[in-house]
Amino acid sequence: MAVMAPRRGEKLLAWGLLLPCLAAVCAFAFWPIVYSFVLSLHRIVLGLPGLGEPFVGLGNYARLLADPTARSSAGITLVFVAVSTLCEVALGTLMALALDRSFRGRGLVRAAVLVPWAIPTVVASQMWRFILNDRYGLLNWLIFGDQVGSYRAWLAEPGWALAAVIGADVWKTSAFAALIVLAGLQTIPRELNEAAALDGAGSWQRFRHLTLPLVLPALAVALVFRTMDAFRVFDLVYVMTQGGPANATNVLQFYGYKKMFAEGFMGYGSAVSVMVFVMVLAVSLLYLRLVGRRLLRGDAR
Amino acid sequence: MAALGAGAFCLLALAPFAWLVLTSFKTQLEVTAIPPTLWPGGSLEFYRSALTRYGLMHFVLNSLIVAGGTTVCTLCLGVGAAYALARLRVPGRPWLMGALLLVSMFPQISLAGPIWRILQAAGWLNTYQGLIIPYVTLTLPLAVWILTSYFSELPRELEEAAMLDGCGRLGALVRVILPLAGPGVFTAAILVFIYAWNEFFFALLIMTRRAVQTLPVGIALFQGQFTIPWGEIAAASTVATAPLVALVFLFQRRIVSGLSAGAIKG
Repeated sequence: MAVMAPRRGEKLLAWGLLLPCLAAVCAFAFWPIVYSFVLSLHRIVLGLPGLGEPFVGLGNYARLLADPTARSSAGITLVFVAVSTLCEVALGTLMALALDRSFRGRGLVRAAVLVPWAIPTVVASQMWRFILNDRYGLLNWLIFGDQVGSYRAWLAEPGWALAAVIGADVWKTSAFAALIVLAGLQTIPRELNEAAALDGAGSWQRFRHLTLPLVLPALAVALVFRTMDAFRVFDLVYVMTQGGPANATNVLQFYGYKKMFAEGFMGYGSAVSVMVFVMVLAVSLLYLRLVGRRLLRGDAR
Repeated sequence: MAALGAGAFCLLALAPFAWLVLTSFKTQLEVTAIPPTLWPGGSLEFYRSALTRYGLMHFVLNSLIVAGGTTVCTLCLGVGAAYALARLRVPGRPWLMGALLLVSMFPQISLAGPIWRILQAAGWLNTYQGLIIPYVTLTLPLAVWILTSYFSELPRELEEAAMLDGCGRLGALVRVILPLAGPGVFTAAILVFIYAWNEFFFALLIMTRRAVQTLPVGIALFQGQFTIPWGEIAAASTVATAPLVALVFLFQRRIVSGLSAGAIKG
């Protein structure tokens, strides 16, 4: 019994310490996910409380399927996620390879590369909006010089606007991917590379057959984290384009926000948000199958 | 070759932001000039106007309160949870860690409506606690992952010795583990602070009254009467970003280790 007492106390302590954290996460993360599904089954118009909140079953989802804007929104979101994530992981890998060498001032270079990651997204968005401005933007001047007549309104052209939002996201978050890949690179023993070099392997061969396979798990982790984050893109769109022009950058997270809070259709907007959640869930299950249980295995040691 | 690449990445990372900082020191004439004025005359006109006409200081104050409050709350809850997960026998530990990871991947839009309704029912829209609560929830996973990985690396013998000396578990945590895990706690604090300082989506939904809005909301909604006040936006952006750039250059090593602990080691 003497042994039991402290063990039981320990268990109580463990739950006591965990409880506040778990309670917060359950009340403000897991419950909202369930609650948003409940909301999506009702017709709720924020501006018209007199209508009540009638249960409409899957009515909102039927409207969602017939809504061309929602469909194009889903497509734009997938394009945004795929293109920005691939660019970020590719650029991040290049960055990581450059940062992995030891040279003087490496700490400073790492800090410099991290600056875009630390800048508030709203600030980065205003910055790119200013650089892309149709009259006194830096980009127009860099391309066209003094020929003011050829200046373009980049954010007013559908294709360029989407490219601009993707570019801004790549600028801001590639460093994050680079850090994860770098952490992976640093677990590779230097001797391996040196031995391969002695055996006459060129630098491309060493990268292709030695570094790349060993760093692949880190690449996968970077890919997962960036993908999930890319689904959340909002600030860039809100500040740079407001979803326009002609809905060309109307990603789902922005569309849901607009429906829910700008137009007040809480029920319909919730249906959009459930769709986003299902998409993210589907992608993460797919990744889990591809990457295996690596993410969870690490902590089970 | 590698140095060249590193130099190019530095330039790409810093040049666009440097342009914004330069803009903040221009005059209205210099901002709208074509060709652009590359080097400003060093006017503080825009800072003055951002402070007096756009109320920059009250946005800064609100951001400090919200980001500071979030950091304190998240760490208080996170340290306890991480200690339990790292050291005490918790059934289903991998599941709990996995659930936390899952939370960090939730799209905010799926939480937005319900959280808004909960806060509305509580009368907490447009209050500091109304914004701090969702921030704490969303930063807890990162904090717990980082802290758990730091706590697990400390040798168990330390607490065992402290407990033999008559400290309880809790005493050992506060007197022995926390001081030793100080760097980990600090790392988590920096990352949580940066998150809360930069967050825009929930701040936009929850803070609709100007008096309580944080810096990102203020900067996003800066609007002049007829034109976009680029100069004032640049000045406010510089103020909002300067502390973060300082944090990055001072604590680059910690931030890197924290982010990769959260993502890889976990």
